[in-house]
Amino acid sequence: MNPLVSAAAITGDLRAGTRSLKDVIAGALARAREADEKEQLNIFLHRADSQARERARALEADPGARESAPLFGVPIAVKDNLAVAGLPLTCGSRILKGYVSPYTATAIERLAAAGAILVGKTNMDEFAMGSSTEYSAFGRTRNPLAPALVPGGSSGGSAAAVAAGVVPIALGSETGGSVRQPAAFCGIVGVKPTYGRVSRHGLVAFASSLDQIGVFGTNVADAALATRVIAGRDDRDATSADVAVPDYASAGEASLRGVVIGRPKEYFPAELDPKIAALCDRALANLRALGAEVREVSLSHTALAIPVYYIVAPAEASSNLARFDGVRYGLRAAGDGLRGLYEATRSQGFGPEVTRRIMLGTYVLSAGYYDAYYRKAMQVRTLIADDFRAVFADGVHALFTPTTPTTAFAPGSRSDPYEMYLSDIFTCTANLAGVPAISLPIGRVDSLPVGGQFMTPHFDEQRMFHLAAALERALGTEAHA
Amino acid sequence: MASQVSVQDVRHVAGLARLGLTDERAAELTRDLNTILEHMEVLSRVDTEGVAEAAGVGAAGMRLREDTRAPIPLEEPPSAFAPEMRHGFLLVPRLATHEDAQEPSE
Amino acid sequence: MTWEMVVGLEVHVQLKTRTKAFCGCSSSFGDPPNTNVCPVCLALPGALPVLNEQAVDLAVRTALALGCTVHETSIFARKNYFYPDLPKGYQISQYDKPLATGGSLQIGVHENGQAVKVGVTRVHMEEDAGKSLHDRYAGATAIDLNRAGVPLIEIVSEPDMRSSLEAGAYLRTLKQILEYMDVSDVSMEEGSLRVDANVSARTRGATTLGQKTEVKNMNSFSGVERALEVEFARQCAVLDAGGVIAQQTMLWDGAAGQVRPARAKEGSHDYRYFPDPDLPPLVIERKRIARAREQLPELPAQRRARFADTYRLGGYDLDVLTSSPALAEYFEGVARQHGDPKAAANWVMGEVLAALKATGQAIGHFSVRSADLAALLNLVRDDVISHTAAKQIFATMVKSGDPPADIAKREGLLKVSDDTALRGWLEEVLAEHPKEAERFAAGERKLQGVLIGAVMKKSKGSADPRRLAQLLAERLGT
Ligand SMILES: [Mg+2]
Ligand SMILES: [Zn+2]
Repeated sequence: MNPLVSAAAITGDLRAGTRSLKDVIAGALARAREADEKEQLNIFLHRADSQARERARALEADPGARESAPLFGVPIAVKDNLAVAGLPLTCGSRILKGYVSPYTATAIERLAAAGAILVGKTNMDEFAMGSSTEYSAFGRTRNPLAPALVPGGSSGGSAAAVAAGVVPIALGSETGGSVRQPAAFCGIVGVKPTYGRVSRHGLVAFASSLDQIGVFGTNVADAALATRVIAGRDDRDATSADVAVPDYASAGEASLRGVVIGRPKEYFPAELDPKIAALCDRALANLRALGAEVREVSLSHTALAIPVYYIVAPAEASSNLARFDGVRYGLRAAGDGLRGLYEATRSQGFGPEVTRRIMLGTYVLSAGYYDAYYRKAMQVRTLIADDFRAVFADGVHALFTPTTPTTAFAPGSRSDPYEMYLSDIFTCTANLAGVPAISLPIGRVDSLPVGGQFMTPHFDEQRMFHLAAALERALGTEAHA
Repeated sequence: MASQVSVQDVRHVAGLARLGLTDERAAELTRDLNTILEHMEVLSRVDTEGVAEAAGVGAAGMRLREDTRAPIPLEEPPSAFAPEMRHGFLLVPRLATHEDAQEPSE
Repeated sequence: MTWEMVVGLEVHVQLKTRTKAFCGCSSSFGDPPNTNVCPVCLALPGALPVLNEQAVDLAVRTALALGCTVHETSIFARKNYFYPDLPKGYQISQYDKPLATGGSLQIGVHENGQAVKVGVTRVHMEEDAGKSLHDRYAGATAIDLNRAGVPLIEIVSEPDMRSSLEAGAYLRTLKQILEYMDVSDVSMEEGSLRVDANVSARTRGATTLGQKTEVKNMNSFSGVERALEVEFARQCAVLDAGGVIAQQTMLWDGAAGQVRPARAKEGSHDYRYFPDPDLPPLVIERKRIARAREQLPELPAQRRARFADTYRLGGYDLDVLTSSPALAEYFEGVARQHGDPKAAANWVMGEVLAALKATGQAIGHFSVRSADLAALLNLVRDDVISHTAAKQIFATMVKSGDPPADIAKREGLLKVSDDTALRGWLEEVLAEHPKEAERFAAGERKLQGVLIGAVMKKSKGSADPRRLAQLLAERLGT
């Protein structure tokens, strides 16, 4: 049984008056301190104790919020690449050490308006480049379920904050799987909404055409609720979509009769860990038992996703990270003249993985290589998206796959950069195609959590949450066994 | 596409990206880039004749903003986070004129 | 060897919007440094661009006025380079899918009557950089980002110009069109219009182009013309000596009257353009383009034709009166309210232009409103004041901005047609000039002018000469 407390339970207790807001926040802050100081999990880059207490006092005096705010009094944590006015914003990088954001991300404003209380900002791979939260300038985060192992990444701090029982809901960000993969490694739920569903305003860009704010929760219903709160058009992001956001809570019937679930064969290769494959089969059997039809399908360009991803994402990153130049904010290192300032600031400010990706991205965009790499990758990206369109047009409502090819691994075990890149193999396709995806616990292998993933058509989060909730219910305690 | 990345290429690219590299780092990155790019080779074999490049995933046409004054407010002025300011100006090491920069503004 | 000059021009024009291209900051000029800034134009982590609709409308209007095809879909790209006044490390511009392409501009007429046209390759939208001040502080360059993100259009011509004169004509014609479209302040001095020139030399009659250089840093149209002459002469000298032209950027030094090569490193320009993933394709529906075309303000050539038709003015008058939309509107205001376009044209081209020159006022803010000038001309037409008095009144109007009738009354410049006063002056004059009076009475008609002139002088121009003539005739019985 998952021992973690849900957001719904907290709000319910607060409304019923069985717990006080002050207690809830004090509990979360204490747990945060314990997790980092006693257990050395290194979850938080910044704890916002005084702001959280102040916010709790203000909310306490707001009877309207107590009645109707959907996340009333729920302590939350956010990845440190989301801007919150008055709080540091480091992106896990030395180059932003000491920088305090003077404005707040839309998603955070919406969570605050819904009654949530921010307790801190979480560790991450520098600029979200990584799959293990090892590549933070401020030390690695440990997996609360197995502290010797990584929590996944790049949103490892937020995943760990939920898995360690500090908060029931946390925000991360996705570019190629940075929410779903750590959710899988930490045995919780992770959501990547449709590209354009959630405003990116205030999310520090890694790869703008792939980035999307994502949600961690202890269960599907919480994750759905938080997703609904942050979703919807925002005038401050030209890529945010003007598509109505349904109430995901009214997720529908228990029966899955008439629902067609695709099992894409490319996500179940012969070399997939048989124990992970077996847990997927068990999940599919549960879905079948609920009345769903499971159909073998093919997304034939899947094998190309990692090469495409590792051209497109670094290319965009090389441009997005040009603003960290020591002129207006953040680290400034002295060098010979302006050029020396730029080079000293950027080489001292960025860690090895970020440097590697900026180099790769600059290279694939540079004169003479653009067509062979960037243009080609963007064309193949179209083919990957077309695979999804075709299979969904063919009557398939959702796809089910493993979230990751492995369970949580040991730090330092992926020394070859490309080997680390393969961690994203089952997740980055959803980012490339822009479709929504969710990872939820479907069991354990050698006591380590395994995640299963649903992907649905653009903006059909409703269906995704419905299926995930149904599977969660069907698996019950087996999801964590 | 199969061409090897040389240390000179790495130095050139580092220059474009304004990254200072030691010789050791330049050598490492040369190796890394070659390894990674080798895995990209597979793309050159995909027939993409007539395939459009992905653009604006999930968004059809761009929403525009009305021409009314509504800047996103700054809770702190630039002087709160800028490394060096004087009389409201941001300062950087002097460029004699625009032309003296390695790349002119245009 | 005789060389032919080949010129193409790239013109950057600042659009007249209230706010910047991609954020809600004011685009106004002259505020304290770094005060019109926000997370977007400071390129703070996490900020995103959102395009200004008015900038699109103004760009579309300009493109249509230049005869371009406006594309339903255009794409914003990032032009990547490091410079301290470029906060994001890239400029948002348009690259291989610009807003509009394929226009042309008529800059004059050949001796054989054929139109001289210059092709407009493309019109695209982009954002301006901030301002770098290199001489304000010792050892430091000072950056002001108030201008960073102000919307620009870049208008690129074909290499269709063959002399500095043609280049000057192109720029003046373009400026006139931009003024008529009301899309920009078009001031080279204030930097709202900036010109870069591509110039090359080739053997006269050749069909291929020579190696070009880019000439920058001119701050007036005449500066462009002079810079082109100087750079062309330099190229000719190199070619005459058997040398080759190096591909480089030349900077115009107006004070020295010289060009010198910019010290930019060769090969450092690799802008790594790619579509900006923060901005979906700009889609302008065909309907919207059609509506913009319908609502296009009158172009200079159209207004000239209409003035010729409506007001029956000569070629020179038309050129002067339509040279700027503000002058044309002023003239039209006077002509409409007064009714006699000839008189209106004469006054506007004469007194008004002279007054503007003398006082340094712009026609748009001229102290004499067109309605008041029309009222003045009406007073002349209705014999309420004399032509001489009108000029005197006009001078006062320029200074005070008062209505002409008030000035005329105040300064006693209304024509006097009161017979008692007129007869009094007449008697005095006849007494002073008995011989002329006698000769007039004897039939020497031409002396009427002398006598009436003397009365006019006595009355300081206020006497009504027509009534005076009648009184004179009665008095001397002719
Ligand atoms: Mg330009
Ligand atoms: Zn701004």
